[in-house]
Amino acid sequence: MRAIETITGRVSVLRRDDVDTDQIIPKQFLKRIERTGFGRFLFYDWAKEPDWELPANPILVAGRNFGCGSSREHAPWALEDYGFQAIIAPSFGDIFRTNCTKIGLLPVTLARADCDAIARAGEAQIDLASQEVRWPGGTATFEIDPGVKRRLLGGFDDIALTLAQGTEIDAYERDRERPGPATTALP
Amino acid sequence: MARSLFEKIWEDHEVAPSLMYVDLHLVHEVTSPQAFDGLRLNGRRVRRPDRTVATADHNVPTDGTMAVARIKDELSRIQVEALERNCAEFGIPIYSLGSMHQGIVHVIGPELGLTQPGMTIVCGDSHTATHGAFGALAIGIGTSEVEHVLATQCLVQTKPRSMRIHYDGGLGFGVTPKDLILATIGEIGVDGAVGHVVEYSGAAIESMSMEGRMTVCNMTIEAGGRAGMIAADETTFEYVIGRPGAPTAVPVEWRALRSDPQASFDREVVLDAAGISPMVTWGTTPGMVVPVTGEVPEPSSEQDLRALDYMGLDAGTPIEQIKLDRVFIGSCTNSRIGDLRAAAEIIRGRRVADGVYAMVVPGSNAVKAQAEAEGLDRVFSEAGFDWRGAGCSMCLGMNPDVAAAGERVASTSNRNFEGRQGRGARSHLVSPQMAAAAALAGHFVDVREWDGAQR
Repeated sequence: MRAIETITGRVSVLRRDDVDTDQIIPKQFLKRIERTGFGRFLFYDWAKEPDWELPANPILVAGRNFGCGSSREHAPWALEDYGFQAIIAPSFGDIFRTNCTKIGLLPVTLARADCDAIARAGEAQIDLASQEVRWPGGTATFEIDPGVKRRLLGGFDDIALTLAQGTEIDAYERDRERPGPATTALP
Repeated sequence: MARSLFEKIWEDHEVAPSLMYVDLHLVHEVTSPQAFDGLRLNGRRVRRPDRTVATADHNVPTDGTMAVARIKDELSRIQVEALERNCAEFGIPIYSLGSMHQGIVHVIGPELGLTQPGMTIVCGDSHTATHGAFGALAIGIGTSEVEHVLATQCLVQTKPRSMRIHYDGGLGFGVTPKDLILATIGEIGVDGAVGHVVEYSGAAIESMSMEGRMTVCNMTIEAGGRAGMIAADETTFEYVIGRPGAPTAVPVEWRALRSDPQASFDREVVLDAAGISPMVTWGTTPGMVVPVTGEVPEPSSEQDLRALDYMGLDAGTPIEQIKLDRVFIGSCTNSRIGDLRAAAEIIRGRRVADGVYAMVVPGSNAVKAQAEAEGLDRVFSEAGFDWRGAGCSMCLGMNPDVAAAGERVASTSNRNFEGRQGRGARSHLVSPQMAAAAALAGHFVDVREWDGAQR
């Protein structure tokens, strides 16, 4: 995963609330066993609507509860592959937001009014270190989990970080792990 | 200090700050192939194959296909083959096509006694919350996290906030756990529980069967919740004890798996269970829901307008006048033996309405065998229902079971999103009883008053 410092550029706007991951990447594309190449299927059905417009800019401004529903990581894969590096929205589905941070697609939660202002401005800069979004005519700060921020700033591999805590995991398994069930012992 | 059920399980599993140990990892074919690739790429092994189990469910045809090589859809076949190969390579037990234990991952976990009180359970599937019905903390995760859990048996997780939804009163006649959770989502909204682990409590929950509790917890994600859970009690123990993976007597620790009386929650909601009616969704989110006695509501937003347009409905139409093309009884929400018994009770000796295609898809091969032993398959078949093999089926249309564009479906599944059950298909979420009655009538009916006659 590449490290994130700032993300700067034009914004694309999707003015819909409760956009579920089934819309972001419909079910038929979940059969692929690869991790790449999902961008061309992004919003596959909605993209056929006559007034649909979603340029591949660095930043997507979306509506409330963006990415609700299914846990499919194919949704962030598709958004990232399409060209987005960050999504700004009033709120996100929990699993989707976590999935985004795992692949270095930055989810930024801002008040609806700020989202609207950024959409109108048409461009923005997101500074992860200072947790600030700047756009022509405004700025706003955003919250992010300190652990997630550290990982994104460094571009660190989550698994490597946890494996480095192997001693703690060993100790947990030795002293505190609950007995069974062993899946391998079933018929 | 008084602790909630969630806090007890959380503290029991905290390896280090924001690092949660996972007792059981359930794996299926759709969200795992890239995770196994990641392990291979980095030369990593699966830390605890004995805490991991896999099954094929999303892609599985429900026509009785008993071997992966016979799956006709090439991409589906490749995906299930990849799961079988990955499990063989990494030593993970798998129940694939042809296994007696194969079924929807959230049906087989409890059925095999692998889902137990006090556990932390994860799966690359948002409906993992189902397992919280057992007094467990069950969290849906994405593929990167699947890879992380395979490699470390831990999940990086900032402690979620806690929420309690307490129900006053009991459910009325003909009102089911499905109606309770649909009404709850309608009340708090599809993002009403975002960031929270939800504990459900109250008399309506306490008197509910394990299957009903699974239905309720299952749909926690449709309110945005991180997990749903219910205190372990005698009903729980009776269900779990004696199953293949479970102990033969109730471990003493299980009796403490309930919130202390003084436990506090970040958020508390109280709802009236006694006032809930059989519910029907009218739109394209599970929160767009009304009682069957109601009407399609007036739109109050652009989102509502879009939903009405997609669903082909006019505001003011009585729900009971909505005619159906298909009925689907199945999914991880409502495909267990209790669901099938309840539906069979409604249809016994009656016929599916002309022009309606109705299907029943048991949640697992074990549910199917049990239903057949009880003669439920004949009840369904004689009424004109298509009796199918186990799988996710038409809940998400990743297999041959899909509805056509414009077709209207009464479905016992969990999502009525645009295109969920087939591109352009129109889904209405209901209980198994309501789905069964709708299949016979050809339109929605209030199952509480319905006498089985065509109207």
